[in-house]
Amino acid sequence: MDWLSEHSLTVLTFLPLAGVLILAFVSPDSVKRIRWIALIVSLVEFLLTVKLFSAFSLHEPGMQFVEDHPWITSPAIGYHLGVDGLSVLLILLTGFLTPLSILASWTGITSRVKEFHLFLLALETGMIGVFVSLDLFLFFLFWEAMLIPMYFLIGVWGHGRRLYAALKFILYTMAGSALMLVAILYLYNATGTFNLQSISEQLASGQLAFTPKVENLLFWAFFVAFAIKVPLFPLHTWLPDAHTEAPTAGSVILAGVLLKMGTYGMLRFCLPLFPHAAVAYAPIISVIAIIGILYGALVSMVQPDLKRLVAYSSVAHLGFVVLGIFAFNVNGVEGAIYQMCNHGVSTGALFILVGMLYDRRHTRLIRDFGGLSTTVPILGMFFMIVTLSSLGLPMMNGFVGEFLIILGAFRRHAAYGALAAVGVIFAAVYLLWMYQRVFLGEVTNDKNRAIPDCNWREKAMMIAMVLVILWMGIYPQPFLRRMDQTVNQMVEHIGLATTSVTPAATQAAARQAGPKAGVVTEARR
Amino acid sequence: MTTVQAVDVLRLLPEIILSAFAILVMVLDPFVKIRKSSLGWLALVGVIGAALGVAGMGMVWTYQALGNSFRDSFVVDPFSLYFISIFLLVAALTILGSLRYLEREKVNYGEYYALILMATVGACFMASSTELIMIFIGLEISSISTYILAGFKRHDAQSNEASLKYFLLGSFATAFFLYGVAFVYGLTGTTNLIAIANQDFPGSLVKDVGGSGVPVNGGLAATSHFLWIAVILMFVGIAFKSSTAPFQIWTPDVYQGAPAPVSALLSTGPKAAAFAIFLRIFLGGMANAGSVTFWVVWASALLTMCLGNLGALFQSNVKRLLGYSSIAHAGYVLVGIAAALRLGEDEGSASVLFYLVAYALMNVGAFVLVAHLAGTGERATSIDDYTGLGYARPGVAAVLSVLLLSLAGLPITAGFFAKFYVFRAAIHAHLIGLTIVAVLNSVVSWYYYLKIVMAMYMREGQTAAATSAVPRPLGAALFVCVVGILFLGLFPNLVLDLANLSARPLP
Repeated sequence: MDWLSEHSLTVLTFLPLAGVLILAFVSPDSVKRIRWIALIVSLVEFLLTVKLFSAFSLHEPGMQFVEDHPWITSPAIGYHLGVDGLSVLLILLTGFLTPLSILASWTGITSRVKEFHLFLLALETGMIGVFVSLDLFLFFLFWEAMLIPMYFLIGVWGHGRRLYAALKFILYTMAGSALMLVAILYLYNATGTFNLQSISEQLASGQLAFTPKVENLLFWAFFVAFAIKVPLFPLHTWLPDAHTEAPTAGSVILAGVLLKMGTYGMLRFCLPLFPHAAVAYAPIISVIAIIGILYGALVSMVQPDLKRLVAYSSVAHLGFVVLGIFAFNVNGVEGAIYQMCNHGVSTGALFILVGMLYDRRHTRLIRDFGGLSTTVPILGMFFMIVTLSSLGLPMMNGFVGEFLIILGAFRRHAAYGALAAVGVIFAAVYLLWMYQRVFLGEVTNDKNRAIPDCNWREKAMMIAMVLVILWMGIYPQPFLRRMDQTVNQMVEHIGLATTSVTPAATQAAARQAGPKAGVVTEARR
Repeated sequence: MTTVQAVDVLRLLPEIILSAFAILVMVLDPFVKIRKSSLGWLALVGVIGAALGVAGMGMVWTYQALGNSFRDSFVVDPFSLYFISIFLLVAALTILGSLRYLEREKVNYGEYYALILMATVGACFMASSTELIMIFIGLEISSISTYILAGFKRHDAQSNEASLKYFLLGSFATAFFLYGVAFVYGLTGTTNLIAIANQDFPGSLVKDVGGSGVPVNGGLAATSHFLWIAVILMFVGIAFKSSTAPFQIWTPDVYQGAPAPVSALLSTGPKAAAFAIFLRIFLGGMANAGSVTFWVVWASALLTMCLGNLGALFQSNVKRLLGYSSIAHAGYVLVGIAAALRLGEDEGSASVLFYLVAYALMNVGAFVLVAHLAGTGERATSIDDYTGLGYARPGVAAVLSVLLLSLAGLPITAGFFAKFYVFRAAIHAHLIGLTIVAVLNSVVSWYYYLKIVMAMYMREGQTAAATSAVPRPLGAALFVCVVGILFLGLFPNLVLDLANLSARPLP
């Protein structure tokens, strides 16, 4: 047991891969068994993430559950894992969404079932690996390796133009990560290590200092890779295709977890390693993020396809997250992290619901629906709750995140906050209008009269998601408390590193750490 | 003293074993009427024997029993042993991949195996010679064998065309090389690299004993021009053999026309040998001409990567696509060589050495598998023929996917670490622009490698590729390739340590 407790992150990372190995020996014809094995493995994994979440210490700002072993001696690449308040939430999110996406594909995926679940579990290993890696090389390895399962999920089990979408997805991400690789190698050349912590230490002690030009270039090399993944406004064009053509499980994981890797990378690498550049370019990035919020919302409004609408709404939601990150204050960053989880749950749920509609009607066009709440009232109710959560109704998870982000953005610059608030209104417009056209009114299409309502499996999935949505909306403390220390330290670090740039703003942000809990209480009322 | 000592001969052991077996195969050929493939097995025994010879010398490595023989014209050093190991690996894999292929194509003649062995002998001489004339002879032995091999399907017009094209252009290229050697002789009065290494090249910037960056020997401008000419002429010859730009035009045609297992050999063995002599000459003997060579290599690397990758983008024939991809890979190797020339440390050339092993495993594997999938007469070589292969033959498709993804550079495969080490060396040498071009090129390469994967798994339809069972010998070769690729992808250190140890070509 000692070994297990000392290597809890290794177990967490590679348990899904063990599931892959088990599945490899199951005959491809026993479909039911395959589904159950995959589900059980992912549920065990989920329990482990919950265990990690509850064992996570609230008072430790640094990394926890650290494992550090040498792996490759030349160049020195370490098997260095650890979690902090940022990654622990994203790991929990990954653990939560994977069993749900397996459940969501229970009847939708009928061909090549074994391969589907192999790729899904392999993908989970990749995702967890990205979140726990503290070695730049290891991070890059998981970051790239994870693309292949996703590529196959979109390309083999996707809809319509799936080949195009899969290729576009992988080439976009590869292009970004190629530049990141150059930056990583440059960092290695300057520091002699891939170890994130020792690079940070070298930076903190002044042993390593970049000229502004080099720092800016390195910052952009990392930032573009992450911005493609997020995706930030002008780099987002892969997203609608990939999300729309992917199977439901693929969309859930894409929107729920993969997009977060971009924002995670910004928080983990861009801000701590290149604080000066981050602060210097924050205005540009904030403006781009706001453009993304408004653009995503406006484009969502005119989408005839439900899935495409949800996909574009992700562009808007992730714009909020980036805006929060580049506010450099505790409210903004905590809101951003919280919103990352919210978006994962809400948009994941929306994709699952759209998938349910697609399974029933084999169409995703809004005009083919109408008046569904009379024929499928339970599905309609779930859809309503998730829609409200996505548009940020108070008492729902989305509200807490967006509120904190807008607050943080306001502290940075009033205009940012005001424009972001407009984005919230837009979100209400496109989501409610979509709901109205799909579920309210008369049933106009006769094919919609005979569709069945949710079965036990779908109800179970949705109840789980709705409970999480409500919990995160009503009682966010358990989540926020876990990120407090990490975020405070991060914000302080940026403040210290860039005192000459904006002393007032960052000090205000540091002071904000205390009253924050009050803010959330306000939000709850 | 000109007497030949026993140790001189012993140091030639691998080459002697290979040659002996080559001759034996040819002599036995008329007597073996029915089972010609037994000659292939005999050749394989020869390769293994040579490998044992290398291993034997590797063991005495630590006792420093390595060294020069035949009056400094030939050397056994870690560098040459490393390369010889690559050639033997390539030869063994190619023979395994050819056994059933020759039966299927009805060109099952013993001299095929003899020629593979001779091509390998030539490559070994290229890697171990420290005398430019010897290098030239090795180059010719290897080239002439491969000219014949490329046209081995003599009833096939394409194969003939490939052979003729390769022969005509190749002869020119080796002539250029020889011309360059003549210039070197004119400049230095010797063709021995060890002797050349002890001379300063007038006008070159690298050799500055005082560390001041000022040329020791002020030199005449005219001599410097001759140095440029010598370097460029020799580079032309080597660039042709290693299919680097602007002398790569022949590559896709020849790889497409030649029998696929021969393409496997061509794209790895002689190519690695060409890089070996490149390192031996420009990093070893003529290191003093470094700054001249560096810019030639830099420009060629840039051009090679871009032309290879852009060419591959639009190919619909798998063999041709792999031809272009092998040009692109030569470009990455040149990036490593440029880094080595700039750094003057082992890191650059070690990355090249590592790259060549990884590349040999994946490219030989890909070509011999393509040879099998093409079916009788090599008809099914278009990407469209692979449609649905992933479901008709899941095992074969999975192996091909691993090979292709490794060529593309997916982490946890050998191909990733190969690129990684090269790029790391390049960044270390501050070749940042070149590295950015290289990584972007490798992104482009994903497109065409995935095109094949996509056809296998994501397109609906009936595959036109051969779905017969994979013959045992080919299976063994593929097993070695795939295991090697994954092993190097997880534990690159073992080979990298060897590469580091062997990174410094004498003199």
